[in-house]
Amino acid sequence: MTIRKPTPSLFRPQKPIDQNVLAANRALVDDINRRNVLRGAVSLGALALLTGCDVSEEPSVQSALRAVSSWNDGAQEFLFRKNHLAPTFSPSQVVKPPRFNAYYDIEDVKHIDGATWKLELAGLISDKRPWTAQQIYQLPEQELIIRHICVEGWDYIGQWSGPNLHAFFERVGADLTAKYVYFICNDDYTESIDMATALHPQTILATKYAGAPITDPFGYPLRLRTSTKLGYKNAKWVKAIEVSNDFRETYWSERGFNWFAGI
Amino acid sequence: MSTAAVQSIAHNEQRLHPLPLRIMHWINAVAIFIMIGSGWKIYNDDVILGWLHFPDAIVIGKWAQYGLQWHFFGMWIFVLNGIAYLTYGVATGRFRQKLFPITISELLATVNDALHFRLGHDDLTVYNAVQKILYLGVILVGILIVITGLCLWKPVQFSELAALFYNFQTIRVIHFLCMTAIVGFIIVHVSLALLVPQTLVAMVTGGPVVNDPAAFAAEPMAVRRPAPTHEAAPAVQPAAAAEPPAAESPPSAPADEPTP
Repeated sequence: MTIRKPTPSLFRPQKPIDQNVLAANRALVDDINRRNVLRGAVSLGALALLTGCDVSEEPSVQSALRAVSSWNDGAQEFLFRKNHLAPTFSPSQVVKPPRFNAYYDIEDVKHIDGATWKLELAGLISDKRPWTAQQIYQLPEQELIIRHICVEGWDYIGQWSGPNLHAFFERVGADLTAKYVYFICNDDYTESIDMATALHPQTILATKYAGAPITDPFGYPLRLRTSTKLGYKNAKWVKAIEVSNDFRETYWSERGFNWFAGI
Repeated sequence: MSTAAVQSIAHNEQRLHPLPLRIMHWINAVAIFIMIGSGWKIYNDDVILGWLHFPDAIVIGKWAQYGLQWHFFGMWIFVLNGIAYLTYGVATGRFRQKLFPITISELLATVNDALHFRLGHDDLTVYNAVQKILYLGVILVGILIVITGLCLWKPVQFSELAALFYNFQTIRVIHFLCMTAIVGFIIVHVSLALLVPQTLVAMVTGGPVVNDPAAFAAEPMAVRRPAPTHEAAPAVQPAAAAEPPAAESPPSAPADEPTP
């Protein structure tokens, strides 16, 4: 079998390509390779066809999937209707007690002493004096009977009450034009929500469930309850609230769950 | 036909599956694969049927967040491609031409033929009544799975739409049943495509030419705008005439006849 000679072409370089250029720019080439978002996105479909072999954890695939997830954050922000109220229900539909969920079992929930507990305030808030539970109980309460929807697929109707977050923010002089509100919890959990959600009329700092103080597994003495986010965004056992313009990953978003998580 | 001859008419010919349609079909195949595999992973976290868990080997995403990531990536492909497909099908008249009309008598005749192993596959360009119903049905199920998916994703932002389905768990069940129907369709669709392999080849190469070149010469408009039902319908005639005269032969029915 004869090997065909390459066709002489006007466009074929007469001299071999200088490899030094590649060597000199190796760092840049590697850097481009690291930006695998596009390449990953293109190959996602094909890679998915490899059954029995999970490609989701491949760094290039994971960075592409997370890029889409961030894009979905923006799409959800766009879809969010600032003053649209979630459906509410009657007290007879309320599930008692609520359903427990955390990244650990209910037996591992730590009790918080309400007498010594304080809510710290940080970031873009003018009056950062901490709040005791008694002070918070004296604030006007708002009651919400709303559906809790978990990312896993289950749901229940719960009856929550406590001060409205928007009203609380006005009271303490929070910067309402800031982007994010962070909730730091008594366990190592963190969550953050966008300011639009924080100011939604159905977002409260819940202290009671079905008219009685929230019990330990469900966030005593204070938790976030918003009608427009999946369950995991509603931080329990809140010990500090921070208003900020900087985006930081939170407990679940760090692990690949969607950050905005709006419903 | 020589390659040269194919190329010479390539600009004028209208194939059974035009190129945009083939591209959309295969994009959809990948999107459906991602959506079903990742959907099964999401389902496993809170099962609807106590006895049904999808084995890890057939789900997409080792952990819940990966399943969710795939699902909310695949949804854009599925929805955007689906919108393109529906727009194409309506704008070119393909739906009207290929899927309508569906008559009871035609359906009975098709079922009768199938039971007597008399179903003809010689002409891929004409769908029998069962095919029409299945294709139309899976399109409607596809629309419903997107609507219920939107309600599961945004039950509060689209609370007016979600309210049509009673409650959140009802939406999940309908979304799940739509998936079941699509899986059922895929089993039938792929099995039959493998049984009659020229249909599979047609979805890659485009399949038989559906326009009569003579008709082109007479009606040049049909070349540039191959969509309209009235112009395309006669082009099917010669191929259909090659078959034994069958009672259900669709070209004999006027294209404008309303669906019962």
